[in-house]
Amino acid sequence: MDHLDRLEAESIYILREAYKHFGKLGMLWSVGKDSTVMLWLAEKAFFGNCPFPLIHVDTTFKIPEMIQFRDKVAKDYNLNLIVNTNWKALEEGMGPEKGRLVCCKALKTDGLQEVVSKYEFEGLIVGVRRDEEGSRSKERVFSERNAESEWDYTDQPPELWDQFKTDFKKGNHIRIHPLLGWREIDIWEYVKRENIPVVDLYFAKNGKRYRSLGCAPCTNPIDSTASNVDEIIEELKNTKETERSGRAQDQEDAHALEKLRKYGYM
Amino acid sequence: MKGERENLNIVVVGHVDHGKSTLIGRLLYDTDSLPAGAIEKVKKISAEKGKSFEYAYLLDAFEEEQKQGITIDITMIQFFTKKRDYVIIDAPGHKEFLKNMISGAASAEAAFLLIDAKEGIQEQSKRHGYILSLLGIKKVYVLVNKMDLVDYSEERFNEIQEQFNEFLNNLNVYPEKYIPISAFNGQNITSKPSEMPWYKGDYVLECMDKIEKAKGIEEKPLRFPIQDVYKFDDRRIISGRIESGSLKAGDEIVIYPSGKTTRVKSIEAWQNKDKVDVISAGMSVGITVEDEFFNKRGEVICHKDDHVATANIFNANVFWMGKNNLERGKKYKLKIATQEVECEVFSINKIIDAASLKTNTELNYIKKNDVAEVTIKTKTPICFDAFGNIQAMGRFVIIDNYDTAGGGIISNVDDVINRQVTNIKSKNITIRKRLVSRKDREEVLGQKGKVVWFTGLPGCGKNEIAVKLEKKLFDIGKKVYYIDSANVRFGLSSDLAFSPKDSYEQTRRISEVANLFADSGTITIVTSVSRFREAREYARNVIGKENYAEVLVEASNEICKKRNPNAFSEDCDSVMDYEKSEYPVIALNINDAEFNSDKKAEAIIDLLDL
Repeated sequence: MDHLDRLEAESIYILREAYKHFGKLGMLWSVGKDSTVMLWLAEKAFFGNCPFPLIHVDTTFKIPEMIQFRDKVAKDYNLNLIVNTNWKALEEGMGPEKGRLVCCKALKTDGLQEVVSKYEFEGLIVGVRRDEEGSRSKERVFSERNAESEWDYTDQPPELWDQFKTDFKKGNHIRIHPLLGWREIDIWEYVKRENIPVVDLYFAKNGKRYRSLGCAPCTNPIDSTASNVDEIIEELKNTKETERSGRAQDQEDAHALEKLRKYGYM
Repeated sequence: MKGERENLNIVVVGHVDHGKSTLIGRLLYDTDSLPAGAIEKVKKISAEKGKSFEYAYLLDAFEEEQKQGITIDITMIQFFTKKRDYVIIDAPGHKEFLKNMISGAASAEAAFLLIDAKEGIQEQSKRHGYILSLLGIKKVYVLVNKMDLVDYSEERFNEIQEQFNEFLNNLNVYPEKYIPISAFNGQNITSKPSEMPWYKGDYVLECMDKIEKAKGIEEKPLRFPIQDVYKFDDRRIISGRIESGSLKAGDEIVIYPSGKTTRVKSIEAWQNKDKVDVISAGMSVGITVEDEFFNKRGEVICHKDDHVATANIFNANVFWMGKNNLERGKKYKLKIATQEVECEVFSINKIIDAASLKTNTELNYIKKNDVAEVTIKTKTPICFDAFGNIQAMGRFVIIDNYDTAGGGIISNVDDVINRQVTNIKSKNITIRKRLVSRKDREEVLGQKGKVVWFTGLPGCGKNEIAVKLEKKLFDIGKKVYYIDSANVRFGLSSDLAFSPKDSYEQTRRISEVANLFADSGTITIVTSVSRFREAREYARNVIGKENYAEVLVEASNEICKKRNPNAFSEDCDSVMDYEKSEYPVIALNINDAEFNSDKKAEAIIDLLDL
């Protein structure tokens, strides 16, 4: 087994554990490369029968190509897709000009919390990776959130030998992280090996490409000439820039993402 | 292809403030593995907090960790050398966060244990050393850090090495190497130490690249714990991860604990490009089988010759991380591979203070951070292996309330009572260690201990065949013994008559005795009417399916009466009723009161390959 085989096998094991233990289970699909790889892994794990719905929290600020790609893939793969938007916050004028962290909390965290409450999800599969950012590097594979989606990272139970946390208080939910051990370059090498469709925004046009995708006002493309998967892999081998350097909310303060995640951000 | 690169997980442990995060920060810095902006970010944070540059901040991502200057939770950092990829696990050294340290160390293949040269060996240095040994991590490197604070003294280094070896060797832990370093000054990390010319060994990075990965899990016996069974379409797919060994379509497999046998029909995949002929350890797979009897999560698929142990009582070492004590007799949930079962600590045999190695005599509960030798009893039998043989099948966790609160290792399966143990009235008993195992005895005798159980109505000819069988086996040099149930009634069962209740008890006693004989390596012949199906099932469970051969001797009522008129004078109406078994048995038909018992005995030797 090579490196990608091992990552794939571990992720499939995690997805199957999640499906076995949680009756009400959903998978967050941001339309980005990571959660699209995760969708692919779910098709593999369940032999082409992804048995749970996908959830897309739409802030209405997403880059339009992302929404087109989302709807096309959902149709091609016959996916069960739940789209949710925090309309109430939007009607009250929420937007990045109110403060980036405030906006992320309202449109993404609260938007997600609405779906969790409405469908009473016990398990949410999320495609975060340890190498993205410091607070994500501390995550467990099965990580508990209380009814308000808050994360108590100071007192996480041990996670030994792939025996994940499957017992929890009613009302709480478990975030499941099948991609925790993947690196950015692993994702792209896997996209290449499996020929997985990804949104065109990742490929350079006029010297710019998106390395990480989010809302249009807070996501900037990077300088790049990588116009296909091979070139992206080559670029990543030689860069020292962080993956989320184009994501404005991370730069708000030194601990921005940690603070967001404590209150339920993915 | 890059994908073929090797990957190794290393955990860094040690007492709080002995420099774990600094070492890792230094490794990343010196090998140019840090992302752009990380150094600036740490400079900024260090300055904000009025401190000089802290390598540890590169890792301690959480604000609270930086405030307190300690690592609270594990951090996993990816890093690579020319040779291979690494995941470095930074585990907290504070006693309060021992559970996090164990979480981190559990997935590691090698360990760096740091000791502050000035402060010397501390409580957590010892406790971590002990826990590494319990977790089965054999490749332990002791890094004596902060050598700059002791003027890079060789003498001090040797002193620590001597003291710590004395402690570790007592636990059967033998570190691969001791390495003197100064993480802060970058001495002996990624290059030869300019300040320690007396040190002739490898520097840290060289040692890392020389660690050899454990190999050969694919060559071990097959263990495929069932994770789930899917029926999305017309296929019934058994899914799971192969923990050891390998499997291909057409293989004959045995599913434990039920012991049912079938063949692999196909290996399934979503897309045709992923279809393979052989699946092996580490892969998450799906198969279909020829006989679709009910299978469920928790069962373990093995090949016939080398299978898991199955028992509901066994010895283990546990370490406890729970807020509440682990109490003897209280019910907990135990998870091992994909099995989940209710369990209790049946007896606590020894509690060890992991730092002083003193033995505690209070044997009713286990406190947080204690390590103990215990006997565990599960509600129903589970499948397992010795941890040293197949790790994934020899380690388990214990759940208290909602959380994993303890971990355990099954170190030995030789002492396992391979059966379901129930109704134990004694309280203060434990499975005691022995120095000679059944396997040892069988090897010396050159035979497998087993029980040939003759059943059938009185007068059918059981005894006559059994006597011949014993003589024939004895003559070819086998160690054999015949337990005649009629004779047992003169002694062991002199208190029993022929009522159904007494008949059950008679069968129970004979099965227990026969099991002991079989355990001694003896081919044990039993004759027992044992007309009740349930009683024979009991015997088969006690003795173990693979060691139990049932031979039904059938004769008509006339023949039986003719051969043994006395048996039918007993005052029991149903004496001529016999309940047949539901599983296959060897049936011998007796058509004539004067049958040839030698031929029948020989047939059994052939059939059972005795």
